[in-house]
Order: sequence, then structure tokens, then C-alpha cells
Amino acid sequence: MSTTTVKPTGTPGGKPAPSELQRARLPRWAPYVIAVGSLAVGSGIGLAADLSSRLQWGLISAILFVGVSYFLAASVEGTRQAKDRLATSLVWVMFLLAVVPLASLIFETVQRGTKVFDGYFLSHSMGVVADDEPGGGIYHAIIGTLEQVGLACLIAVPIGLLTAIYLVEYGRGKLAKAVTFFVDVMTGIPSIVAGLFVLSFWILILGFDFSGWAGAMALSILMMPVVVRSTEEMLKLVPNELREASLALGVPKWRTILKVVLPTAIGGITTGVMLAVARIAGETAPVLLLVWTNPFINTDPFNGPQGSLPLYIYQQYASGTNAGYDRAWAAALALIAFIMILNLVARGIARWKAPKTGR
Amino acid sequence: MAKRIDVSGLNAYYGSHKAIEDISMTVEPRSVTAFIGPSGCGKSTFLRTLNRMHEVTPGGRVDGKVLLDGDDLYGSGVDPVNVRRTIGMVFQRPNPFPTMSIYDNVAAGLKLNGSYKKSELNDVVEKSLKGANLWNEVKDRLNKPGSGLSGGQQQRLCIARAIAVEPQVLLMDEPCSALDPISTLAIEDLIGELKERFTIVIVTHNMQQAARVSDRTAFFNLAAVGQPGKLIEIDETERIFSNPSVQATEDYISGRFG
Repeated sequence: MSTTTVKPTGTPGGKPAPSELQRARLPRWAPYVIAVGSLAVGSGIGLAADLSSRLQWGLISAILFVGVSYFLAASVEGTRQAKDRLATSLVWVMFLLAVVPLASLIFETVQRGTKVFDGYFLSHSMGVVADDEPGGGIYHAIIGTLEQVGLACLIAVPIGLLTAIYLVEYGRGKLAKAVTFFVDVMTGIPSIVAGLFVLSFWILILGFDFSGWAGAMALSILMMPVVVRSTEEMLKLVPNELREASLALGVPKWRTILKVVLPTAIGGITTGVMLAVARIAGETAPVLLLVWTNPFINTDPFNGPQGSLPLYIYQQYASGTNAGYDRAWAAALALIAFIMILNLVARGIARWKAPKTGR
Repeated sequence: MAKRIDVSGLNAYYGSHKAIEDISMTVEPRSVTAFIGPSGCGKSTFLRTLNRMHEVTPGGRVDGKVLLDGDDLYGSGVDPVNVRRTIGMVFQRPNPFPTMSIYDNVAAGLKLNGSYKKSELNDVVEKSLKGANLWNEVKDRLNKPGSGLSGGQQQRLCIARAIAVEPQVLLMDEPCSALDPISTLAIEDLIGELKERFTIVIVTHNMQQAARVSDRTAFFNLAAVGQPGKLIEIDETERIFSNPSVQATEDYISGRFG
């Protein structure tokens, strides 16, 4: 690990005397050199000790990087700078640790999912395809997920928005506190419990059949608190001065909320709703309990079992055949792509609607 | 256009805390009345009671009478929305609506209230911007966002927005405290023009400003922190600044305390 240090300039031999403000510093490229060096040493230790997991190599390198950065800086630059470098290197290491699973997940899904991911896969159902046959597709599951998530949004978004508006703009006293408390409680409901609740109420007591609608009800229970929380935070960010400015113009409160407060916060609200959608789009448990499953195309969410993407992935994987594995990975890729597209759309809307700052 | 305000026996509270006590005064139409006094003495609170903005604050309540040409603003059956349409307000910090263009900001009062004709709107916007001395600076970029203007321009935009709904009275809560001297001068000139058409009440910490722009000046003070603020005296501005009748006023103006 070769690192040089910059000696304080201004030796008596003609150079200008060092300012009192100057101190010895590690050169700019020091962190990179330390990082490369740590990686090399870490890999070396891994090879020598015959550690099979690359993760172990990486962790050894990370610890080396943090330690060497600190002690090198401490010896050259002093302890305050060393602490600064310690914090910086820790942040970088943690960031990389957080990115590794994400990157590997995407890499793995894309690598395995693209095998059967094509137009045929997107436009055909599993109707008459046996588990161990290749072919078949996710058309029925896409339809099911879109309809179930769409219906869940139709229930959860209006209720969530209005609840958040009540909490921020009107809510005072005990009722508001109670609502906040129950929203918090709802945030913690496990998805299977929401599913069981709708199952016992809608299907067992009221006697309705499995349907996309039943699943959508359970999904909306999961979605509602997320929408309330995020919308509440966004509405709180709207400066009170804007409300007062509008009220002082003689605009009634409900119009102020509708025309001034909501447009100002719409970008953030959209993002929050989309995150909630992303959360429920991958839920399996309530769908399994309430929508059941259906290899055929059922476009009517109110009648009979439907397919859905998360459940499709589970079933294909559970089938234990190579064709099933391929289909499961491709469907996982489709689900990730679906959520990613939603997020991009949400960000687009947020940017388009956000308060403009240009001149 | 302009109306007279008569206040008698007015108290305002934040929850159980009494912020101002027993204020009685008359604000003359077509004139500028300035409120001066130390921080926390209730000038702004009192100003906000004049168009029922005080009760927007959680816990804010008022007792006493505020008569606008004889009609009690706090009488039963009075809609605060109508009061605020009649008595406009400009705030300390410029607060244009960030989602709206310059044009829409000025038209906001009419548009948000829903009662306007498209053909009239252009005229109202132009007239209001001219009234606020902003027309020449923004006429070529009416569709740009209002938040892109400078602080002084934004404040004049807010004044244009307030006068676009043709109020009877214009309340200004330290409108120049966030502005540089040149923008301040522009707004002071504007106040001088606006008083031909409106009754103007202005809160200011700047005593030279009170002396420059106002016809009458009211001095507020509070006995101690936590005590309610009171009106010490109100008189012609010249008298307040040359020969006030209360010693506390003279002390405050000459900088001997506060």
C-alpha cells in the first residue's frame, strides 16, 4: 500500500514559510489508493485462508479500508481529520453494503428472467400449459394484478387523502389523536391478517366467492395507512403562509385546501401513493386467501378467482420444474419492471407538477 | 371604496393567554395608520383581529367590537370569508403561490372565488399590477412563476394580489421588513398612492418609515413579558413624533428603551 504524505512546505531553504493555518494533509488520491490496496490485501487474505465466499473477501477489505484510513490519517493529519475520514469511509462502506444486495437482485432477476421473457410470454395465459411444459405466459396474472391494485387504489386513495386532509387541516383534539393512533396501528397490520379479516367477513360470513375484488379490499387495508402517512407529511410541508395568504383573499377554507394546498403538495402526494402501490403490488398472502388463483384469463374482478403476479411467481417456483423456474424468474422481472415503470411515472408527474422555480 | 374602522374594548387571546387588552381606536378612511411598538406587544395580533385572521390560529379568539362603517365584524351571522374579502392583507414575508404564474397569482382572489368573467380578468390583472407599480417589470413574463421574482417584486406582487379583489381596507404586517431600502422605497411610494383609494393600516418596526408614510400613528406597549399588550396612544403622526402626550411613547421613539 503505497501512500505518500505531503510534508509541510516551507523548509528553511528559500521556500515561503508555512502559514499557521496549514497542516500536513494526505494527498487527494489517498482514499482511492487505500481502497484499491485494501481490496488487494483483502482478496489476498481470502485466497490464502481459502475463504470460499467473495462476501467474506469484501468484508475483510472493508474493515481494512476503514482501519487503514483512520490510522494513516491519525498519524499524518491528526485525530480530528482522522475522525472525519473514519466517518467518511464508514459512510462509503455502508453505502456499498446496502447497494450490493440490490444490485445482485436486479442482476440475478434480469439474467434469469430474460430467458423466456418475450411478447408471447406477456400475451398468453397458463390456460392449457402443464407445469413441466415450456411456453405459457403471464397475461392472466398481469390483468389480475392490474385490476386488483387498481381497485385497491380506488378504495384506499380517496379515503387516505381525505383522512390526511382532515388530520392536517381540521383535526384537533381527541378524534384526531385517535385517528392518528389507529393509522399507526394499521401500518403494522401483517398482510396475512388483513387477508384473514376480509376472508372471514366477506367470504365466510357474507358468503361471496373468491374474487379480485375481495383481494382488492384486503390490499386497500394495507395501502390506506401508507397513503395517509405520506400525504400527511406532504401537507405539513406546505407553508402556513400560503394558507393565510389565500384565506386573507377571502377564499373559503375548503377552496384554499383544494386550490392552494393540494396543488402545492401534489408532487409529494403522488410519489407517496405510488410507493404504496409498489408495496401492495407484491403482496402474496391476501391474494392467496381471497383471489385464489386461476390459470385462465378472467377479466372480471368481481366474479371468480383471478391470477396475479406474486402468486404466479410462487406457484411456478413451487412446481419445481425447469420450465416453471424460468417462468417464475420472468414473472419476477415483469413485476419489478411494473413497479419501476410506476415509480418513473410518479416521478415524472411529481416533476411536472412541482412548484416551478424558473424565472 | 374606503371605509372607517371603529374598535372598542377589544381583547384577543391565544388559548388562555391574553395577547392584547382593551384596545379602542378609530382608523380613518383614505389615510395611512401606522402601528409601532416593541416586539411582542400585540401589534400584529391586533392587525389580524381587524380582518378575522386571528381566529385562524389554533386557540385564537377575540372579544370586543370592530365596526366597519358601523357593521360589527364579530356580530352573529357574519361570515369571516366576506370580512376578508372586504379587508385585504399583505404579510411580512412575501408569499406568492408557488404553483401559479404571475398572472394567476394576481388573479387568484377572483379565480379561487369562482366569480369572474374571463374578459374582465385581463383588465383586473393589468390594473392591479399597475397599481402595485409592477406592471412594467413583469408584463412580458406574466406566465412565468411568481416565485422567480426578487423579494421586493414578490412583495409588490402580493400587494397586487391583495388589491385585485378591490378591498375596502388594506392591512400590511411589516411589509418591508424583508426588503432592501430600494424595494422599501418602492413600496412606501406605493402606499402613498394606494391611500387615495384604500384605508391602509401598516405595522412597522421602522419608525422613520412610520413617520414617512403614515398620517396617524398608534403606539403599543406591554408592561412586562407575558402581560397583554396595550394601546398607549394614537394621534397625528407629527404629534407622536414631535410632542407625544405620554412619556413612554417619547422614550420608545427616542430610543431610550425598547
